[in-house]
Amino acid sequence: MKNKGISNIVIYFFLIFACVIALFPFIWSAFAATHTNTQIYSIDYAFRLGSSLAENFEKLSTAFPIWKNMMNSIFIAAVYTIGILVIDSMAGYAFAKYEFKGKSLFFGLFMMSMFIPTQVTLIPLFIEMNSFQMIDTNWSIILPGFASVFGVFLMRQNFMSFPNELIESARIDGAGHFFIFIRIVLPTMRPALTSLGILSFVNQWGNFMWPLITLHSQDKYTMPLVLSLMVQPGYVTDYGAVMVGALLALAPVLIFFLIFQKNFINGMLSGALKG
Amino acid sequence: MRKKLNNLIVPYVFILPFLIFFLVFMAYPIIFSFIMCFSRYANASFVFKGLDNFKFVLNDPLFWKAMKNTFIMLIIQVPVQTFLAVVLAVFLNGKKLKGRGLMRMIIFMPILLDSVSYSIIFSIFFNYENGVVNNFLRIFLPDGPQWMNVGWLAKAVLMIAITWRWTGYNTVIMLSGLQSISDDLYEAASIDGAGRVKQFFYVTLPGLKQVLIFAVILSVTGMLQLFTEPYLLTKGGPVNETLTIVQYLYEKGFESFDFGVASAGSYILVLIIAVLTWLQLKATKED
Repeated sequence: MKNKGISNIVIYFFLIFACVIALFPFIWSAFAATHTNTQIYSIDYAFRLGSSLAENFEKLSTAFPIWKNMMNSIFIAAVYTIGILVIDSMAGYAFAKYEFKGKSLFFGLFMMSMFIPTQVTLIPLFIEMNSFQMIDTNWSIILPGFASVFGVFLMRQNFMSFPNELIESARIDGAGHFFIFIRIVLPTMRPALTSLGILSFVNQWGNFMWPLITLHSQDKYTMPLVLSLMVQPGYVTDYGAVMVGALLALAPVLIFFLIFQKNFINGMLSGALKG
Repeated sequence: MRKKLNNLIVPYVFILPFLIFFLVFMAYPIIFSFIMCFSRYANASFVFKGLDNFKFVLNDPLFWKAMKNTFIMLIIQVPVQTFLAVVLAVFLNGKKLKGRGLMRMIIFMPILLDSVSYSIIFSIFFNYENGVVNNFLRIFLPDGPQWMNVGWLAKAVLMIAITWRWTGYNTVIMLSGLQSISDDLYEAASIDGAGRVKQFFYVTLPGLKQVLIFAVILSVTGMLQLFTEPYLLTKGGPVNETLTIVQYLYEKGFESFDFGVASAGSYILVLIIAVLTWLQLKATKED
């Protein structure tokens, strides 16, 4: 019995320690955003509220068109997410509920592409985007993402559990294919759509390597790109301003997380537990 | 008649939007870069070069350096992170634990910070002169180490940062695996006189195996594709000591515009990922 008490203390200690480590960078950077560049490095200021938040934001917004950059990030992530939900649920539905010629061929091809790391397609995509004259536009980030097969598999998996009898009886009642899909099947798919939506949004929000390759002008940059450019060698980096930017970049994701906590965690995990 | 035709066409209409994007932005680029592996691409045309690109990559000391760096970090970071995730998950799974939901949420949070922001924050933490870590170490020691100027220390910084960001995510994956293990098994084990430690090895670990291997595959693939962290945190330095495979590919492709070499390198990466994934999946089936 005594033994159990001690091991419980160890467990609590370990978990609380892990929580502190997990939270430390968040809290530290929130404070850092209110400090001047020299204060940031001083221990004395680490957990004291400074008075330079406005000044730091001022510096950030003179160096970059930061609201424009924020809008770019939001636009790209939002359009991408909506597109993925429409395109992938349509394709997933066909694979779950229809028989057609070439079904297994397409399915096999899609499956194979899951094992190809993105690095393989970067150069051809860059050449393609160049010939479409889409380099340095929002669309160069949004469109290639629609080729990801992950969402199709996720939606197919979920549509499979929808009872065929319901679809058949609706068809006997004279309902059309698209009416059944949009009005009868899709409304029951809310949890799956939420998961896929959150995963897509967060992934696109943090997308870095591809925007680094295709975006070249300041007013096209997304938030991660702005932040990465502020710390490039050659710039005199103002870390207070960088931290304000980091908090701006965190805000939408954090808000989603706090509102949809359970869905959010499930969504992020759906990327891992696709099997 | 019309209805029958409709039935034939409808599924294609459903997959058409996806299929177009897949063909244009996935299938075509995959084939394109495969051809590029064996050629020199200039002025929008290919010149066949046989295996020259592969020979170049495999004889490039920098490529092997990048391979070595990536694998050293993978071999240390993945086991450490997986171990931490399993321990945290087992602790969090305690039925009588107070504040379980809150702690689970906090431990998951690091994944919310985007990869660029956290790389920058960790680069400030590990700054030699007055970073948080060295300031802390100076309480006990005369001085902190020059994190960014020593190869293995720079690797350590990368691994610490990555472990910070991904352990919580993996913990929640493990937790979902733990919750699928039936309570009856634990009860039976404890009736047979198994203590907590024995229960862990005979009930928890076997029950977790599938999820565990899956999480490991995910982490290994992620480590093999490491880019943002070394690019921003250590800038590949000191003297390429933290240069990763994908950073090497990025530099070949988009800094020296050597498309053929970069494509050949990326297909070598495909091969590595395929072999490692196959090995790990094989390990799940053997019992």
